[in-house]
Amino acid sequence: MSPPSIQLRLQGVRKSFGATRALADVSLEIGVGEVHALIGENGAGKSTLMKILSGAHQADAGTMELSGQPYRPEDPQDARRKGVAMIYQELNLALHLSVMENILLGAESARAGVIDRAASRSRARAALEQLGHGGLPLDRPAGSFTIAEQQVIEIARALLTAPKVMIMDEPTSSLTQADTEKLFAVIRRLRAQGVSVIYISHFLEECERIADRFTVLKDGETVGGGPMAGTSLDRIAALMTGRAVEDLYALPAHSLGAVVLAARGLVRAPRLKRASFELRAGEIFGLAGLIGAGRTDLLRALFGLDELEAGAVEIVGAPAGRATPERRWGQGIGFLSENRKEEGLMLNQSLADNLTLAKLPAFARWGWIDRTRQLATTRQWIERLRVKCRDASQPIGELSGGNQQKVALARLLEHPARIFLLDEPTRGIDVGSKAQIYGLIGELAAAGKSVVVVSSYLPELLGLCDTIGVVCRGELAVVRPRSAWTEADIMRCATGSS
Amino acid sequence: MQPTFNRFLAKAGPFLGLVLVIVLFSLPAETRPYFLTFHNFKIILTQTVIVATGALGMTMIIISGGIDLSVGSVIALTSVIGAQLIQRGLPTPLVVAAVIASGGFVGLLNGAAIAGLRMTPFIITLGSLGVARGVAKWMADNQTVNYDSSPINHWMMTANPFSLSLPAGVWITLVLAVLTSWMLRRTVIGRHIFALGSNESTARLCGIATTRLKLLIYVGAGCFFGLAGLFQLSRLRQGDPTVAIGLELDIIAAVIIGGASLNGGVGGILGSMIGALIMSVLRNGSQQMGWPTYFQEIIIGLVIVGAVFLDRWRQNRQAFSSPS
Repeated sequence: MSPPSIQLRLQGVRKSFGATRALADVSLEIGVGEVHALIGENGAGKSTLMKILSGAHQADAGTMELSGQPYRPEDPQDARRKGVAMIYQELNLALHLSVMENILLGAESARAGVIDRAASRSRARAALEQLGHGGLPLDRPAGSFTIAEQQVIEIARALLTAPKVMIMDEPTSSLTQADTEKLFAVIRRLRAQGVSVIYISHFLEECERIADRFTVLKDGETVGGGPMAGTSLDRIAALMTGRAVEDLYALPAHSLGAVVLAARGLVRAPRLKRASFELRAGEIFGLAGLIGAGRTDLLRALFGLDELEAGAVEIVGAPAGRATPERRWGQGIGFLSENRKEEGLMLNQSLADNLTLAKLPAFARWGWIDRTRQLATTRQWIERLRVKCRDASQPIGELSGGNQQKVALARLLEHPARIFLLDEPTRGIDVGSKAQIYGLIGELAAAGKSVVVVSSYLPELLGLCDTIGVVCRGELAVVRPRSAWTEADIMRCATGSS
Repeated sequence: MQPTFNRFLAKAGPFLGLVLVIVLFSLPAETRPYFLTFHNFKIILTQTVIVATGALGMTMIIISGGIDLSVGSVIALTSVIGAQLIQRGLPTPLVVAAVIASGGFVGLLNGAAIAGLRMTPFIITLGSLGVARGVAKWMADNQTVNYDSSPINHWMMTANPFSLSLPAGVWITLVLAVLTSWMLRRTVIGRHIFALGSNESTARLCGIATTRLKLLIYVGAGCFFGLAGLFQLSRLRQGDPTVAIGLELDIIAAVIIGGASLNGGVGGILGSMIGALIMSVLRNGSQQMGWPTYFQEIIIGLVIVGAVFLDRWRQNRQAFSSPS
């Protein structure tokens, strides 16, 4: 029997899916009222472990104890009843229903099937108050709130079952800094109320700030853990990747050449108010700013996905003309969307189809596609970028996020583009793939190509870029070489407080 | 400001549309003397009953994110069944129960395929559209089914056509509309129907038995369609397997004009009833203008396209998405 201060204990948990071993030997201990960071690369087994904890899968072997009692949920409903609540990365809200209805969904206060409005309101209000958000209007549709507020609504729903453990899967991947702070305040309240929180995140800095203890998973095994205080992030990253931490951002030397792209006074309502900058050959140009500042709008307008209302774009000195994606491809500009699932990739189609999409006529003779050449080219890229897949005809939707992103990038490289517009190229992918993509960007710069990177991860921008421009409320005003920036400076410019 | 204006537009929109259509048809010389009389109003209401009853069931289906293209065929089928049961001398209450139940049975078959076999509602009900129509023609031996008389014949008319009273059919539909609206807004099942249409995986995650709910929705709607078949029978005084061809489009249009979205999660009975009225007023007005029926079809078709276009536009303005 575990001592009463341990809320959740796992020992020797194993899980295989057919021949694939997802979890080899996982042990975990979480105290009452503890925020515990669960860290690991994609494919390390985090989601399988969470599914087992939340009742979606059954473990093959091992023991689980919740509050000292054996814990073996049969399905997600059972897990919730027993006190384990799960907040998924993709929020689970019925956007058309009101806040109150979402909080009480599946657990309504009713008499003979008719909803008891008074009881519903008080229960919903109480849950929100527990999170410090008692003022949220109960009757507005959930879809009219920001992602951060929607997250609060979902956490409120989870609270209705009086959970002992709340699992949060990548809760901050779509949040601004300010919203992240608010979420942390909510998590601290939960902790004070004795709820244990399992916090899964790629952002090591955040884990460092919010977590009391941590556990690192690698290849389905627990490889390390302990108290957060006093542990260096480098050590954690080393545990994650299983190799000594080389400088992630070590890039080959490259020098800046002539101006290849000049943008003056770009305007596009509602977000982009005024953007001007110059891009040189061999330059890695970073765009920093808060979410919603207009960086994506800038890239999309440059690429011709959205129409510019004012402003001029020059490519190698000559006016670029009306922007359409087709023309931009022709002018050697490639665009990587931040939304690869919806915009960047055709998930049902093969790697080969996705990779060659921008250049399909080159693989065709008189309209007929040369499949052999298509597959051969794809295989070359698979090897070069070490994409983990079965073969070039595998549907790309089956790959992990990092590998999908590599194929999406390869599409630009194959085309070949000279100017790369990359929107959040490393968001939501594992450290190993990130390192590879940084290496790729470095190679491009060394070869004289130009790369524009939009990123919300400041260490990445500071490590990778030659020049950084900060977009604040639709205006790209401040552009300086990297050496003239600190994280604090960027934040100040981004929030408009300097 | 904007979200409240949006919701106002969504609620008041259909009503404004109705007012507009009525005004448009009361202006021309051909229609002015007669269009705005109570007698015409009575005729319009009576002519709305079948589409309105169908719309009650269709509203539930569309809110839940589904669709049912087989309504017209089910109405024909159930009216044939009703006529044949009357022919055989069955007492009226049994006829009513049996017809409604047969509508519910078709709904059960549709629902089982959609919920159980997980096939798309569009395809399944497209199939049952053909099957139900074929069965109706088979049962009626490709003719109309006639009977001597029945109390059902009186549901769609009043003893004196010029009196101030409304036919039983109108009252029945009105009461059912109020009850259905109440059910959708104030009961757990009603809110679950909205949840199902808004985000099915969320509904399932919250422990809602989505398969059972879908089945229930199609069966319930099927019962409404059976009732519409009874009203159809009452109006024609015979069972006709070739009746109500294409009526599903009128019914779906009524629901969409009324504010529902084909993606589910939004909709309401009041809006659907107004939508059904708009369709009736259009037909009634066109008739009185002396327009040929093909002209009516063109207008109705344009209104349907317009309604779906409006639906898309409304959805875009409401856009539940995050900034980037």
